[in-house]
Amino acid sequence: MAQSVLKVVDIKKSFAGVEALKGVSLEIAPGEIHCLAGENGCGKSTLIKIISGVYTADAGYIEFGGRSYQKITPIEAIMNGIQVIYQDFSIFPNLSVMENLAFNTELADKRVLVNRKRFRKIAEEAIAKIDFKVDLDAKVKDLSVADKQLVAISRALMFNAKLIIMDEPTTALTKKEVSALFKIILALKEQGISILFVSHKLNEVFEISERFTIIRSGEKIITGNTSDLDDKKFSYYMTGREFEDLSFTAKNVEEEPVLEVEDLSLGGCYENVSFSLRKGEILGITGLLGSGRTELALSLFGLKKADSGNIRINGKEVVLDSVAAAMENKIGYVPEDRLTEGLFLSRSIGENIIISDLNSLSGRAGVYDFKKKKSAINKWVKELAIATPDPDNACSTLSGGNQQRVVLAKWLARDLDVLILNGPTMGVDIGSKHDIHKILQSLAEKGLGIIIISDDLPEILQNCSHILIMKDGRVTARLDPKKIREKELSEYMM
Amino acid sequence: MSGKTDKASFLKKLYSRDVHISRLLIMLAAVLIVMLLLKPEKFYSIANFKTMAAQFPEFGIMALGIMLCMITGGIDLSVVGVANFTAISSGVVLKSMVDSNGNLLGYGIMATLLFGIMIGAATGFINGLLVSKIQIPPILATLGSYELFTGIGIILTKGKAIADLPLEYSELITAKLLGAIPVQLIIFVLMACLIAFLLARTTYGTRIYMLGTNITAARFSGLKTGSLLIRTYALSGICAALGGLVMLANYNSARADYGTVYTLQCVLIVVLGGVNPNGGHGRISGVVLAILVLQMLSSGLNFFPQISNFYKSLIWGSVLLIVMVMNYSTENKSAKRVKAA
Repeated sequence: MAQSVLKVVDIKKSFAGVEALKGVSLEIAPGEIHCLAGENGCGKSTLIKIISGVYTADAGYIEFGGRSYQKITPIEAIMNGIQVIYQDFSIFPNLSVMENLAFNTELADKRVLVNRKRFRKIAEEAIAKIDFKVDLDAKVKDLSVADKQLVAISRALMFNAKLIIMDEPTTALTKKEVSALFKIILALKEQGISILFVSHKLNEVFEISERFTIIRSGEKIITGNTSDLDDKKFSYYMTGREFEDLSFTAKNVEEEPVLEVEDLSLGGCYENVSFSLRKGEILGITGLLGSGRTELALSLFGLKKADSGNIRINGKEVVLDSVAAAMENKIGYVPEDRLTEGLFLSRSIGENIIISDLNSLSGRAGVYDFKKKKSAINKWVKELAIATPDPDNACSTLSGGNQQRVVLAKWLARDLDVLILNGPTMGVDIGSKHDIHKILQSLAEKGLGIIIISDDLPEILQNCSHILIMKDGRVTARLDPKKIREKELSEYMM
Repeated sequence: MSGKTDKASFLKKLYSRDVHISRLLIMLAAVLIVMLLLKPEKFYSIANFKTMAAQFPEFGIMALGIMLCMITGGIDLSVVGVANFTAISSGVVLKSMVDSNGNLLGYGIMATLLFGIMIGAATGFINGLLVSKIQIPPILATLGSYELFTGIGIILTKGKAIADLPLEYSELITAKLLGAIPVQLIIFVLMACLIAFLLARTTYGTRIYMLGTNITAARFSGLKTGSLLIRTYALSGICAALGGLVMLANYNSARADYGTVYTLQCVLIVVLGGVNPNGGHGRISGVVLAILVLQMLSSGLNFFPQISNFYKSLIWGSVLLIVMVMNYSTENKSAKRVKAA
């Protein structure tokens, strides 16, 4: 093996007595695409920050092209060809693409006066490197997430980068944009640039990387060739748990549908959508971003009233024009964005659980029955195994998976007929994902009608009894998950 | 030695259990000690305490309303406008409640109070509509309605004071129960207890805390955010109206520009009391403590003739900014602690 671009040896780092990294080593060869994986909070972000000089390690050392450092500054890291593209991209949204690209060079050259012509030249060179077509005068805030990312990549390349670290670059990208990004990564590899790709998505790890390293609670679990990795091993290395296979078959399905949707349309969002859901079934709805799936869910929850079409609950026609109306009809909704739509982060876990069911916990004039309140909170914390020492703690103290259970508990505390989940396991670690799937399946078995909206195809295939594909606001296919594989499913979506 | 550190860590724990309240208690103690050292006989007199107890309720009740609005993530800057408008219109009503001999009718006071409270609820309702339905930022909506209500007050009075009120009203509200407890104080305590009950023991309390934390999540959780906001601003309007009714009694007159300094002072109290200006957090015990601290500070300053009234605004402004800076640093600290864990 040629001399490595980056070698990290036995790095240790603690914060306030908590060991975030317990001696992690990592080596990256020139032109290698290396995937760094691990659950949230495992220490991978800390490791990246040490490599880029933001944090200083307590012990261990870093080698760049053979020169070893005990500690480095961010400037030294950049001089050694290390560039990090953070999740938020660290670009200036109010400036134009050109200004964003030329800004650092101008600063590095210690220029006092700016020159628009020189700006444009620098910027044009930068985007040419990855063959990126963009209007240089557009404001960055108006670009799509994918284009913003390309601006950040172009900027990273301007500094003779030898290693580009991408921190979960695919989180906010659509499928198409992800494949475009992967093409660019491969092109960079051709130029001899190494990529350290941080992700916890299994399929991405398989698709793009040659070697991988998995970190779990601050320790390196394994480094190896991606070709030796499979599904089961990956989950095991990530979590230290073995998972049984959970394939859902609908049992206890009722005769009559609980929810019927007929020719539902909403201008500019979706058209002529029809389906029916029976208690005991799990319906999967999938499609690309912008296919109308989220708007459909919002309509069923009374947040975006449909223009035309019928909705029937237990055979009776209903008008869903407010959340209250949806709740009256025993519909619950777990929203797409847990942090902004689902949770009251700084309030207690208990309050978050009971917020939609306050009326049944209080007497006249809304005066609490404290006994009932307490027992309701404890019941759901226990039932969904929410990991907390005290439900009075703020919701922000929980991990993503546990937060999602809180959102789930909020709806289960009510007596529901239909539960709609939009991205039920987005940003949730593998262990919790598995548990949430198990919970959903057992809820269906107990006679709840469930709709899962997700672009996590394995999730849809594993948990649903039938699948609707949406494209440009229309239902384009109805599939049986037992008779289809992931690859075909994703072809239907395109 | 370990006993000493135990004690220290116990105090630290006690302090950090509620930083805002601990800080207020320390400030209260500091004011009391300074006054004990410098002006003991003047400050620690029954007369002074009686005066203070009669003074703070008028702005204290208004501050309670602002607190409620701030918990929902808003603010009510119209309280003084509502209070003066209420006082003026109630004054007019009160004057009309006399018989042909010029004696106040038996139900006159009751009717005036009820009228005032209804005015408060109605003005608050308007604020609530502006904030929730038309979605004007609360700070602008209530600043606008402050001008509006003050303006109506000026037109009603032509800029002069409403005076020559029947004396019975003022005598009743400024009376001292058992020779010591001012009725104004009783009104304040009743209102504070009612709001404390609403916040801690009813679902309304939980709902407004949640609404103030995250209004989007509140909608997705099925809370009726519009009606909650309207109810909260109406409650704040009622608080402001009670403040106005107390002012009407204290001065035995009403004018459109009484108590203009109270707006800033009330905001100061609420923030000092640990209510988060971004909504979602705040306790009434903190606000009540802050009212006491401010009243004592203000009364104490009066005993120093060398500090003229001109300095008061300067002092209030500085205290407000210092408190905000301190709150900011404690919040940062606790945020860091959560992150590290």
